[in-house]
Amino acid sequence: MPQRNQLIASAALVVLLALLPLAGSRYAVDLTTEVLIYALFALSLNVLIGFTGNVSFGHAAYFAIGGYTCAILLTTYRWPLAISLPAAVVLAGLVAAVVGYFCVRLTQIYFAMLTLAFAMLVWGVAFKWKEVTGGDDGFTGINLPAMLTNHVSYFYFTLAVVTVAIAALWVICHSAFGLTLVAVRENNVRTGFIGVDTRRMRWAAFTVAGSFGGLAGALFGMYHRGMYIENAFWTESAQVLIMVLLGGMYSFVGPILGAATLHLLQVFTNQYTTYWPTVLGLILLVIVMVLPDGLIGLVSRVKARWGKT
Amino acid sequence: MTLTMFTLNAFYGLALAMNMFIIASGLNLIFGVLRVINFAHGMFYMFGAYIIFTVTKTWGAPFLVGVLASAAGLAVIALAIERLLLKNLYDKEHLMQLLFTFAIVLLMSDAAKMIWGTDQYSVGYPPGLGGAINLGFVLLPQYQLFLCVVGPLIAIAMWLLVDRTRWGRIVRAATQDREMLSALGVNVPMVYAAVFTMGSALAGIGGALAAPRVALVPGMDATIINECFIIVIIGGLGNLWGSFLGALAFGFVVQFGTVLAPNWQDVLPYLLMLAVLIVRPWGLLGRPEAGR
Repeated sequence: MPQRNQLIASAALVVLLALLPLAGSRYAVDLTTEVLIYALFALSLNVLIGFTGNVSFGHAAYFAIGGYTCAILLTTYRWPLAISLPAAVVLAGLVAAVVGYFCVRLTQIYFAMLTLAFAMLVWGVAFKWKEVTGGDDGFTGINLPAMLTNHVSYFYFTLAVVTVAIAALWVICHSAFGLTLVAVRENNVRTGFIGVDTRRMRWAAFTVAGSFGGLAGALFGMYHRGMYIENAFWTESAQVLIMVLLGGMYSFVGPILGAATLHLLQVFTNQYTTYWPTVLGLILLVIVMVLPDGLIGLVSRVKARWGKT
Repeated sequence: MTLTMFTLNAFYGLALAMNMFIIASGLNLIFGVLRVINFAHGMFYMFGAYIIFTVTKTWGAPFLVGVLASAAGLAVIALAIERLLLKNLYDKEHLMQLLFTFAIVLLMSDAAKMIWGTDQYSVGYPPGLGGAINLGFVLLPQYQLFLCVVGPLIAIAMWLLVDRTRWGRIVRAATQDREMLSALGVNVPMVYAAVFTMGSALAGIGGALAAPRVALVPGMDATIINECFIIVIIGGLGNLWGSFLGALAFGFVVQFGTVLAPNWQDVLPYLLMLAVLIVRPWGLLGRPEAGR
């Protein structure tokens, strides 16, 4: 169970976010919706990176599969949301299970490259299967239930789904299963010696990561009322990886912080200059040179310094 | 497919393979020795192409001078990056080195936009190589023939350098045990700097040689880096002849794929990598890493 003060802080944060629309700024509500979606996306990837120690370069694939599936079921087939959303998560999870079966046979850079190859395959399908996905025009005009078309109600919907999903991820990561994943990360060989099927553990982590990534994608597609092939491209996989690393991969909340920081920085930077790549490049240099454990690492170091004096 | 078409496509595939090999061999060399996955390699390729454009088109220098200028330019850029920043990161996790090279990509892409703008450029065939050779049943363009000669020459030169010289022995030793080599009195940091510089210069040469074949636009780096990874991975990381083989497989798959399945040409290289990695997880000529 979470410590009492962690629980109180999380509940307070959710309540605070729920009060946000009262401030009356549409801009703030939309921005927060986006941050919530990216936070879930980054957290889902961190099950694989931070907890299991496997760097995936192809996480955008599951984001895209979730997003496209939900969009197509809602719009082309007119299925209700209550079925489309779970179906999107299940399909993303299934594809992750199939892809993961092959990927977990490899480690390190080979693992990363295989995830990239599969993700680019998903991108290729989204690109070429024009009748179903809309190809490079994107899949637009998603048919949302009437009660979600308002931006405030969609914000509450996202907040509710993301809160439940993050709680579920927290439970998964802190269960016996999650701790076993950490053991696999720390020492694959030793964990194997004490009788854990490490490959199967990594496979399970891959599937969990893919499923929750798919959920984030579904929320993203509905929010933007469209999915585009860029969402499946490797640059999207790189971006979510940076979110995780910026926040700090060895902590549960790190990726949330990273997603919020990176997304807000990008939005604000784009208002003033077109040189976002330079800004992002400099941020990365700072992470690599002085903040290898991310913003969370910085916070705990500052705390440690204060604790001493 | 007629014999003429087949020969022509095989020939174009070979030329593409050789051009890609020149670029990928640099990436492979850097990975083999430094164990750094250099995401910026594609950007180095793009700078190579842009430099030869400026040198030959704007300044009017001959093609060969342009190629040398690209190599020299990338050598200088790479040496600066290695000595100022990258040398501090060898002890850190692979992920950090990778992020670092990604940061270099972002910074250099904006730098390229500032220097060259976002217009599309082209570099013409060098004089004397713009024609074609008539074999009776097929016309083979001279420039592609030139690439088919240069590629193997570079492969042999690299093999001689790494496998047959004293310096090459030191480089190979550096891939085995850095600390031991250092204890034997070899200046390992200088070996690393030299390898990074040389590998990056190869990207510059590859970019310069690709310039007459392709359009010079921002973003031309992004596809190349993935394609280089594919080549190096299917060949087996760190293996020179593996990269050569990988480049050949890549060149033929892409060229024939473009003709036979034009809708899927972007995805075919990834399918190729997928197939190889599932059957031989360590690449065609690679060996499984110990303890895994």
